[in-house]
Amino acid sequence: MSNLSSTKNTIEKILRPLDRLSANPNARRVTYAVALIFFVSMILIPPIIGVVLKWNLIGDTLQNPILVARAESAILASFAIASIVSILDLIAGLPTAWFIVRRKAKWINVVDTLADIPFVIPTVALGFSILVFWSQPQGISGLLRIESLISPGLGLIMLLHFAFSYPIIVRIMVGELQSYDQVYEIAGRTLGASSLTAARTITLPILKPALVSAFLLAFCRSLSETGATAVVAGAFENGPIFIRNALSSVPPQQGPMVLVSLVLIVTSCAIFAFISILGPRLRFPVKKVWPNFEKRLSNPKSTLGRDGLALIVFAIFVAIPSLFVALPGIIAFTDGTVVAAFTGAGVWGVYWGSLLTSYVVALAATLMNLLVGFPMAVIITRRKFGTQVTALLNALISIPITIPSVALGVSLSLFWTAFGNLPELWTLILVHTTITYTYFVQAMAAAIESVPEELESVARTLGAHPFETFRKILIPLTKYSIFSGAIMVLTRSVDETGATTAVLAATSQIKTAPVLLVNWIRNPASVGGQSVVGLGVLFLVLTTFISLLVIRLVLRRER
Amino acid sequence: MPEVRLSEVSKSFGRIEAIHHFDLEIKSGEYICVLGPTGSGKTTLLRLIAGLICPDDGKITFDGKLVNDLSPEERDIAYFPQQYALFPHLNVLENVAFGPKTRGVAYEEAKTQALKVLETVKLDQRANAFPRELSGGMQQRVALARALASGAKLLLLDEPLGALDARLRVELRYHIKSLVKSAGLTAIHVTHDQREAMIVADRIVVLRMGKVEQVGTPYHIYQSPATLFVANFVGETNFLEGTIKSVNSVGALVELQDGFRVKVQETSYLSGEEVVLAIRQELTSLMPVDYDGENAIQGEVKAVRFLGDSIRVEVILVNNLLISARIPISQVKIYPKVKDKVAISFKPADVFVFCTTARGLAKEIEVI
Ligand SMILES: Nc1ncnc2c1ncn2[C@@H]1O[C@H](COP(=O)(O)OP(=O)(O)OP(=O)(O)O)[C@@H](O)[C@H]1O
Ligand SMILES: [Mg+2]
Repeated sequence: MSNLSSTKNTIEKILRPLDRLSANPNARRVTYAVALIFFVSMILIPPIIGVVLKWNLIGDTLQNPILVARAESAILASFAIASIVSILDLIAGLPTAWFIVRRKAKWINVVDTLADIPFVIPTVALGFSILVFWSQPQGISGLLRIESLISPGLGLIMLLHFAFSYPIIVRIMVGELQSYDQVYEIAGRTLGASSLTAARTITLPILKPALVSAFLLAFCRSLSETGATAVVAGAFENGPIFIRNALSSVPPQQGPMVLVSLVLIVTSCAIFAFISILGPRLRFPVKKVWPNFEKRLSNPKSTLGRDGLALIVFAIFVAIPSLFVALPGIIAFTDGTVVAAFTGAGVWGVYWGSLLTSYVVALAATLMNLLVGFPMAVIITRRKFGTQVTALLNALISIPITIPSVALGVSLSLFWTAFGNLPELWTLILVHTTITYTYFVQAMAAAIESVPEELESVARTLGAHPFETFRKILIPLTKYSIFSGAIMVLTRSVDETGATTAVLAATSQIKTAPVLLVNWIRNPASVGGQSVVGLGVLFLVLTTFISLLVIRLVLRRER
Repeated sequence: MPEVRLSEVSKSFGRIEAIHHFDLEIKSGEYICVLGPTGSGKTTLLRLIAGLICPDDGKITFDGKLVNDLSPEERDIAYFPQQYALFPHLNVLENVAFGPKTRGVAYEEAKTQALKVLETVKLDQRANAFPRELSGGMQQRVALARALASGAKLLLLDEPLGALDARLRVELRYHIKSLVKSAGLTAIHVTHDQREAMIVADRIVVLRMGKVEQVGTPYHIYQSPATLFVANFVGETNFLEGTIKSVNSVGALVELQDGFRVKVQETSYLSGEEVVLAIRQELTSLMPVDYDGENAIQGEVKAVRFLGDSIRVEVILVNNLLISARIPISQVKIYPKVKDKVAISFKPADVFVFCTTARGLAKEIEVI
């Protein structure tokens, strides 16, 4: 006890000079300026400049009509898949979210938890699961006694993207519906609207911003996904797979790679800006009401039908295919693969090494985010640079998650090799910092937003210096969010495949676990068969699972 | 104890001038109320004095020392924000001990001090509770204790009673004032409630759109409002527009619309000038319809409102003007009914006379 308080005192003594330093407005300005400069020079500029540096490589590619045609169809495929899948996800996810929030039965919690599964599983593992379920003998094809119900290609990509975007929509809409004040809808109902009419004309228009951002997130995620897509793509190419193929050909085809990256970067930013601006102006068709028709659709039977359909879609296309991730891993327990895995024999040595690399990189990226992302979140929420700059920063923050990650990786890798000739591992850490920066800053900004500024004002007038206020008021009040934000960054980084593939040359000694696993899944024979692959995937899933379990526990403590 | 002086202080947010060339001198130990409608700049004024925002222009001094560039933690003040802002992660005792601790008092000593202050607000029993476990009135008292325990000599209270229910407001306003006075502090108390200001203030500053309308003791402000706005905002007042017909050594004659004439005691106007008369509702009397004393005008009762300790009778006069009279319940002999024929009257000495302005009466007295 006395030991604890004396440690506390020592820490206090060390921090005192910092407290006093923070009383100087210039010291504060420097802190914020550093965070801002880091953002601009390390996060914002490199992804844009990298491809522009290699601009000259594009010329040759444009001369080659076959290559251009291939690139064109790949890019179009990316956008088509992203739009179709996001719309389908909205249609399927919204009723499920509604159902989770509004139905009051115990078993709904099960649906709620199951809906998160594709979230919790690393995307590479999800890709593997979908592949096994739809097109391999252990899955549904085996049940139907056909070789492969849906073989790798466009169809399987769509099924995969549908599955991993689904929880994004459900999670966002469940959150929104829970915090949505039902009085408006109830007011509408008492004025004679059927439940469908009230939902359509009152609730959904109010929740429009959330719908737009859910759509955008699903869209960007689909546009960006590389690792899992590579697993299920077969010979099909969308943008990221095109880049991946260009990267892995020997020697790497830099021209086409730069071309497609550039186009993807520019178009995705343009589309993001377009939807962000247009979204708020979009209006729901609320004028027309068809009372009888909508009343009929609101009766218990129709509602039951709708909910049932939503659940069936969820089960067949999301839940069951995702659960297949465990099957090959479990088989591995029966055939002795597990023993080999733990002794680290053969391919397993490389595997454990790659898992270690993954976590080292993830930890480093998390640390970077804590150091420079947190001040940035303060800058944004407390409007340190005025309202207009804040709005601009807020928009710019989203750029790293808007750009498809493999294109981002290509650009960043070109940038960091051109400037400073960084070792691969360092480049990798920077790339992972960039990829996770948006998530971290946005999560921290939301947490800080929930702390009233008045609390800090009062602390200041009671004699606390700015840094003292920061560590005694802001940090304690946001510590759970900081912790879960950090773990989110960690898991996201461990999961990352696209940008990582772009940074690590095909011949590189360094491999992260998901990158290694993509190769294993695409070529199981090279490592000794399906059960080795399955077990490798299962281990990755388990580590992620543990991280996310920790978040849940922490967040529960917060409440 | 500090003497606070603001001279020519201005603060804008974009195009909104929240505080405009503001001058005020506060004596040590004084209890000042800043009274103004919503959006008039009351909170901004307090935040300027607290150092949470910087003035664009002008000087703020404490005891003659310029504090414009002093940060909030160096000003030795205690700020009591509109929503209390109790630290949710600290319990009551730690909240109250926060001030002494940051000012360098040792941990145990700070706790003892805090406990003593908690006793004065009768919350020492709840020292280990967290803010969310307390009722609104208790939270308010903790916030007050936290401000008092900080040892600051200048207390800045932003609507300290605003979030409480009507009954508690009335009880706690005396409590706050006596605590402040017995600790010998200087206090600036912001409110939009004129009754509260009247009761607790040594002096009232009436604020409107970032400018001082009038400064004075509550009695002075009630007795001689400087502007139409003050006449309307402080107290309940009837307004009548008219023209000065004649002036002599004891008073003037004012012609209202439709030729009605009333006497006033004011002599500083010239014949022909357009004026606005303001008459307190409680100084307006209700008379039988055949009353023919001074300043009597006939009319018909339009509405009667029961206010608890008094009634308010709205009378529509024969010249179509509307006037209200407030009568203490003890003086109501016959309860008036709608459509009753009555007369109203008022003493020439009770009429305030103001010049009409280009902006018009309605604009001059509007509170938003
Ligand atoms: N940080 C700010 N940014 C922009 N405008 C502001 C800011 N703070 C205050 N204002 C504006 O300054 C004016 C005065 O605001 P202030 O909060 O001081 O009013 P108030 O008298 O305290 O009102 P209330 O009684 O509602 O609390 C308002 O028009 C307000 O919109
Ligand atoms: Mg205010």
